[in-house]
Amino acid sequence: MTLTQQIITIAMCVLGTMATRFLPFLIFRENKKAPEYINYLGRFLPSAVFSILVIYCLKDVSLLTGSHGIPEAIAIVITALVHFWRKNMLISIGAGTICYMILIHLL
Amino acid sequence: MKLKAFKAAFPYTLPILTGFWFLGLAYGIYMSISGFPFTYPLVMSMVIFGGSLEFVAVEMLLSPFAPLAALTMAVLIQARHLFYGLSMLEKFKGMGLKKFYLIFGLCDETFSINYTADIPEGVDKGWFMFFVTLLNQIYWVSAATTGGLIGSHLPFDTEGLSFVMTAMFVVIFLEQWAKDKRHASAFIGLIAAIVCLLVFGSDSFMIPTMITVIALLTLLRRPFEKAEQEDKK
Repeated sequence: MTLTQQIITIAMCVLGTMATRFLPFLIFRENKKAPEYINYLGRFLPSAVFSILVIYCLKDVSLLTGSHGIPEAIAIVITALVHFWRKNMLISIGAGTICYMILIHLL
Repeated sequence: MKLKAFKAAFPYTLPILTGFWFLGLAYGIYMSISGFPFTYPLVMSMVIFGGSLEFVAVEMLLSPFAPLAALTMAVLIQARHLFYGLSMLEKFKGMGLKKFYLIFGLCDETFSINYTADIPEGVDKGWFMFFVTLLNQIYWVSAATTGGLIGSHLPFDTEGLSFVMTAMFVVIFLEQWAKDKRHASAFIGLIAAIVCLLVFGSDSFMIPTMITVIALLTLLRRPFEKAEQEDKK
């Protein structure tokens, strides 16, 4: 990517973010309620988006070559287990990441 | 008036300080080991100010140029902010110029404080919310920039540190999973993403995935809302 392309990419992220933050204030000025369809998406879309983002993080993991995604799988299980155990986001993320960094040297 | 509001706001932001420093530092280091100078996390944390998207933006910057995909992803990752805005319509009324900054900085953590905090009597609500927003952003930007500065000087092998993004989304996914009574939506996202990844490849599967998910959710609206009603009974 050239610098200009990087700037455009970052600008797109800013534009997307600010659209979601400013739109309600621009559209619903006078105590108008949001359409039911939007409220419905608001209740159901986040769960789907977070699943997609997990897959997005793993998009370049190859199951057929290299370490076959084993370090990723183990580190995700560790992250989840620590999260069930301690219920602390930062401890879970830290444990999972350190576990992964060790695993890629061992496997 | 401002000092009083600042003093009232500061304690509310302390729990965020730890979280933002941990994730912000990780984000800055991640950018640094991905080959970007500290100015990138500095500028990006300042102008985007949305943690999960900033992590994803690193991936975008390392991939082929695709502005439309970047915009689509940004909107969908941040879509939940639409509902923060809807909840704050009343509270932000009559805030004058401060309102622009309050809306600009309406990230998850800032929203959760400004939405729930019992602002003490005699404290100006506008300035209280302004300082919550400002302090949170200062924590985030300073952490991200520090991460960007120290990333290349860490005394250990940083290979694999990028897993911090995966671990973060796994944890967010689990938190959301625990909140949901039914998990059909989570499975739709999971399956759509895997199928689209296999069909379209890792560089261009996100837009088809998002379209598939929104289409499926729209088609399944009736049964989903019915199930929701039953859960409430």
